[in-house]
This record gives sequence, structure tokens and C-alpha cells, in this order.
Amino acid sequence: MASASRSGGKKKGGFFREEFGNPERRTAYLMILPTILVIFAIALFPVLYSVVLSLTDSTITGIGGFVGFENYAEMFQNPGFREGLYNTVVFTVVAVFFEFIIGLAIALAINRAFRGRGLVRAAILVPWAFPTVVSAVMWRLMFQDQVGVVNWLANDVLGVIAQPILSDRTLLLIAAIGVDVWKTTPFMALLLLAGLLTIPEDVYEAARVDGANVFQRFFSITMPLLKPALLVALLFRTLESYRVFDLFWGMSNRELESLSTFVYEGVKISQLQFAQGNAAAVFIFVTAFLLALVFIKVFGMQTSTED
Amino acid sequence: MASATAGKSGGAGAAKSTLFYIFIVLFVLASILPLLWVFKMSIVSKADLFASPVATAFAPPVGTSYDTVFANPTFRRALLNSVVIAGVTTVICLFFGALAGYAIARLRFRFKSSVMTLILAISFFPAVAILAPLFQQFSTFGLIDTYWSVIIANVVFALPLTVWILVAFFKELPRDLEEAAQVDGATTLQAFRKVIVPLAAPGVFTCAILTFIAAWNEFLFANTFLFTPQTQPVTVVIPNFATQYTTDYGAQAAAAVVVTVPLVIMVLIFQRRIVSGLTAGAVKG
Repeated sequence: MASASRSGGKKKGGFFREEFGNPERRTAYLMILPTILVIFAIALFPVLYSVVLSLTDSTITGIGGFVGFENYAEMFQNPGFREGLYNTVVFTVVAVFFEFIIGLAIALAINRAFRGRGLVRAAILVPWAFPTVVSAVMWRLMFQDQVGVVNWLANDVLGVIAQPILSDRTLLLIAAIGVDVWKTTPFMALLLLAGLLTIPEDVYEAARVDGANVFQRFFSITMPLLKPALLVALLFRTLESYRVFDLFWGMSNRELESLSTFVYEGVKISQLQFAQGNAAAVFIFVTAFLLALVFIKVFGMQTSTED
Repeated sequence: MASATAGKSGGAGAAKSTLFYIFIVLFVLASILPLLWVFKMSIVSKADLFASPVATAFAPPVGTSYDTVFANPTFRRALLNSVVIAGVTTVICLFFGALAGYAIARLRFRFKSSVMTLILAISFFPAVAILAPLFQQFSTFGLIDTYWSVIIANVVFALPLTVWILVAFFKELPRDLEEAAQVDGATTLQAFRKVIVPLAAPGVFTCAILTFIAAWNEFLFANTFLFTPQTQPVTVVIPNFATQYTTDYGAQAAAAVVVTVPLVIMVLIFQRRIVSGLTAGAVKG
């Protein structure tokens, strides 16, 4: 750190001399460059282009004239978009809520040495490692009304539902939430467990000596110290659920709309909805960005790894 | 390891630990049972499958569903396509990611935290937002329906994960080694290539597994940019299978099982590494 001023005295060389004259910094920029180029070329530039498309009456084949926010106004009128927005928000809130609560309970429970830890870890990772779309197809088989074991249980054995699961949109949404909770709760538990492992045992020891009970220890030690890991896990899961596509696509044969399936429909399948599809794409991008900002600003999440 | 828990449980230990193991068993069953059921669906005859779930559970195993799946040239080709796409994506990500990760972990430069924020932001980026522009771009360059269209798109979304994990691993390596190399006259890049890369091999390997899984599982880009069985990976072919064999649920189940078996094997062999890689990337951020 002190060596930064080694070449001092030449402060007047200007920004570029200062940044690129130093061999270490020059190497650093060269090493970062490919990654930055990839991000700009394949993510940031296209999203700007999407913004342009969303403000014009473009089609899949060519750019049209400027129409202002007309596409956005039409998009909000579109029942498909509204349903997608509703489903996405419900899905995100409910799924992440359950994943968090159950995941935290599991993490707290297995935060100790026990026999069979490896087995539990494998059980955690197996559903996580599957392609989402394949899990969706698997569960679709189990929800299916002729051969599906879940449908059979709910319908014939328990009698909780009257109609086949795959024929009803509300049931489909509930089913999708269930599959997501099944698939990612263990993963959430894993991230929270990793956070728990960083809390030193002697902090609890000291609190116990001072007479703090289980709840006091949980709320005044575990939760504050777990906060960084907890925020990362929540942010990851929230934004991942918010862009849900594979799961809805694989489970419902296009009957269950999400924001992402609406965009996909617009830009890939129905040429008529191309402009609205782009408007919805920009809508997802902006709202996801705002969500991330809320996590960072309101909850004080840290994004840098400076130490 | 055991000493940490010894003091905790105290007197009512036995009852508590029985309860604990019941909880663990329930949790493991909930994770694994659905998969075992689908596997069971894939190895029964059509008649037994349609009779009732009870009949399915106790039916003798038959291999007809797997014959159907493997007799399908599209499916065999899809497996190969997945390997190529995920493999090439992994190699490119590791190359770019190792360079960037090392610079972030070790070198001093301005904008470091901006670069990290940008990379983090990409992992939250909704991929669907760039489908249309990428599609147009790829059409212009004639990349549609080639492996490259999906590999290029995959790289940008797999790269953040690669960079984050590698930064965490590089930070753990002792600094003296490369400093010694630099004293001996090596440049920063030489020190990186000759000293750090070999030392970081275990971390790089872990990172490769995670990147490979992420690329293998990708669906959205593959489903958008690839049209023909010559290029489509398994993630695209499996849902299509469901439409193609509308009533052959056994074949659908078998297809799903075949795709997931390599992943299950990978997870079982490398579980320790996978966990350390995931948590290193996520928790230290």
C-alpha cells in the first residue's frame, strides 16, 4: 500500500499516465479487459438497444419509427402482461418467504457436527444441480392426472382438491411455488449454514455466561452476525424468482404466464407483440435493478470485497 | 468437530438427538423421494404406470422406456450438444475469469469496487431482457442455430460466478510465492501464469464444475437461438419430448433421468468442493 507513492512527485502526469504508467495497474486493466468487454458487448449494449426498440414500433425484421411510451401503455393494458406481473410477484414473494423460513430452520438445525453430514449435503445439492426445466418436467409428470402421484394423493387419497392440478391456473401457480421451494430451500439452507459457520462459538459462550436465553442469543447474536450472508441469499433468490421462466415453461406448457414468458412470447413467438415484448423486457430489467438497489441501500448490503 | 456440540446438548441429549435425526431423515426424504419416484416411473411398463401409483411402486422393472429414449437420434445428439456447449462455455469462462479474478484479488487499481459491483450486477441481470437484441445481432453475424450463439450468451451469465469464486480462492493463496517470483525477475503476468495458476488448480477445478453445471442447465438462450436437433442441448429437447411422446410418460421420465444422472454423479463425487466453491463465492461477498 505504501509502495503506491513510490513513483510520487509525478502527480502532474495526468490520470492516464498515473493509471497506465504503473506496470501493476496496467497489467490489472489488461486482465480485467476481456471480462468488461464481454459484459458490455453481450449485456449492457443489448439492454440499451432493447430500450431503443421499446420506444419504437419495430418488428422482428426492422427498426420502426419513434412512438414514445406507447408500447408501455399498451403493455400495461395487455391481460397477458398483467397476469404475468401478478403471477411473478406472488411467486417471488411466497416462494422466497417459505424458502427463507424453512431454509433458516434447517441451517440452524444442522449447524453442528453429526453423523451422515455428507449424505445431507448430497441431498441438498442434488435437486439444486438439476436443470430447472428438467425438474419442471419431472414434477409435471407427478402432477399429471393419469399417472401423477401427487395428483393421485391430493385427489383420490386425501381429497383436498376436486380437479386435476394441471387444469387449473391457481393450482398450477401453487404447484410452481411448491416445486421452487422443494428445489431451492436446501440451497438457501446451505448459504445460511455457511454464514452461521463464520460466527465464532465463543460469542455464544460469553452470552450464555451472561445468562442470555435461546431467543436472546438468536436475536442479538445470530441474526445480526448472519445479516450479510442472509442478505446475499435473499437478494439472489428474490432476483432469481423474479425472472422465473424455465419452471413455468416446463411445468405448464405455456399456460402459466410470468413476466419472462410474456417477453419470450413477444420477442420470439408472436411477431405482433414484438414491441410490447421489448417494453416488458425493459420493465423487468428496470424493476430488477430497483429491487437490487433496495437491498443494497435500504438493508446496507455490501457489494465490494475490499478488505 | 465433536467438541463444539458436546457442551451444547447437555442432559436431555438422547431425546433431542432422536428428534434431530427424525428431522434430518424427513428433510433428506423430501429432497430425494420425488427423484426416486420419477426414476421408478421410468422403469415400469405402460400398463403398470397407468394402473395406479400403488401398482407403479410395486411393479417389476422393465427397460422399454430407456430403449425408446436411446433409440431416438435427437436425444443422443442432444447429449453431445450439451457436452460441447457446456464444455466450451466453461473453458472460456475460466480463461477470462482467472485473469479478472486474479487482478481483483491481488493487484491494486482504481475502480476495483466498481468492477466488482458491475460483475455482481450481471449475475442479477434478467437474461430475458436481452433476448431480442441478441437475436438480431446473432442473425446479422449468421450465428443463429450454431453452438456459438448459446456459448457467447452463456459466457456473460456464467462469468460472474466464475470471477467471484476465483477471487475468493486467489485471496486465500499465500502472497510470498509470487512476490518471490517477482523478486527473481518475473513480470506480474509471468508470476500469475507460472506460480498462481498451478497453485490455484484445486480452486479452478471447483470453479470449473460449478460453471459447467450452470452452462449444462441453461435453457432460455438455447431454446431461443437453436432451432434444429443438430444443435439443441438436452434442456431444450426434454420439454419437447413431453410434447412429442404425449402419452408415453415412461419415456419422458426416462429422458429426465438420463439427463440428471451425470449431474447426480458429479454432485456425489465433488460435493465437498461444490459446497466450498458456492459458499466461498456467496458468503464472502
